[in-house]
Amino acid sequence: MSRRLIVVAAALLLTGTSAPALAAARCPKTSLADVEDEVMCLVCGVPLALADAPQAQRERAFVTGMIRRCSSKHEIESALVAQYGPRVLALPKASGFRLAAYLVPALAAAAAAAALVVAAARWRRHARLAPRDTIPERSPLDPLQAARIDAELERYRQ
Amino acid sequence: MTTRVRPVAGIAVVALGVVALIGLLIYGVKATGPGHTLDDAIARGERPAAPAVVLPELEGGSTAALGDYRGRVVVLNYWASWCTPCRQESPLLERWHERVSARGGTVLGVDSLDVTADARAFIRRFRLTYPMLRDRDGDTQKRFGVTGYPETLVVDRRGRIAALRRGPVDDAFLRRTVLPLLSGSA
Repeated sequence: MSRRLIVVAAALLLTGTSAPALAAARCPKTSLADVEDEVMCLVCGVPLALADAPQAQRERAFVTGMIRRCSSKHEIESALVAQYGPRVLALPKASGFRLAAYLVPALAAAAAAAALVVAAARWRRHARLAPRDTIPERSPLDPLQAARIDAELERYRQ
Repeated sequence: MTTRVRPVAGIAVVALGVVALIGLLIYGVKATGPGHTLDDAIARGERPAAPAVVLPELEGGSTAALGDYRGRVVVLNYWASWCTPCRQESPLLERWHERVSARGGTVLGVDSLDVTADARAFIRRFRLTYPMLRDRDGDTQKRFGVTGYPETLVVDRRGRIAALRRGPVDDAFLRRTVLPLLSGSA
């Protein structure tokens, strides 16, 4: 009987001690650094990772608290949006002046691609039109020079 | 001849792009930066109309508008629980709310960029009884040119901004700006 009790007590103890470890193992691997570069400090207008204002500190504490409660990155970002609105996310909204954040890089990339195409076309055209016979395959020797070389070789052979 | 024209055209295109980018930057700074038109108007002695603001109440799910307070003198106070000067200012605002509420005035708090639970704890801690609205992402503060916390605007009975304070208010400011509006002399 006492043996059974010991086994049961040991099983209970094991379950009790391993429960937090199991819970921790089930926790999504979210870190503060992973979240704070994707959300904004609204007062400072910079990513949370770069901010140290009182509002940023409170926001950071809010994120840390949720990480401790095993929240995933998505859950934390949703909670931040519920508290601070969608502006808390570091992605700028695609309307008004902030639309420029999407348009300017796209236009710059398109301009760079167009410049590359034009440059490549121009290079190919130049390559096609360039005279190919400007450098003769074998330049003829000056007869005097040829005679001198022949004489030198003859002397060398002797 | 053409070899001379082409580099000039290229330089012109690049220069145009640079000018366009600088223009965009200047526009962005002007469009997203804080406006000072309210301050200038009040400094000139004018009373600009307060922007129409509709916000959810901090407690309960209903919304309230600044226009709902037309006919009353409103001390509109932007605050947040993480703002240290707000902690010093809140008891004074509560005293003023008690003082003016029977005379057609009210303090109206706007909790901004804050965690709701923190804001509620702040209200309990300082036993604030004046109505509170919540501007979670600070959307309305730009319309008042709010750049920091706390900031307070005094709105007259006709819904016009009569005074503002960028920073914590003190008793002297409230006496000077609110009392004449309550008595109807201003």
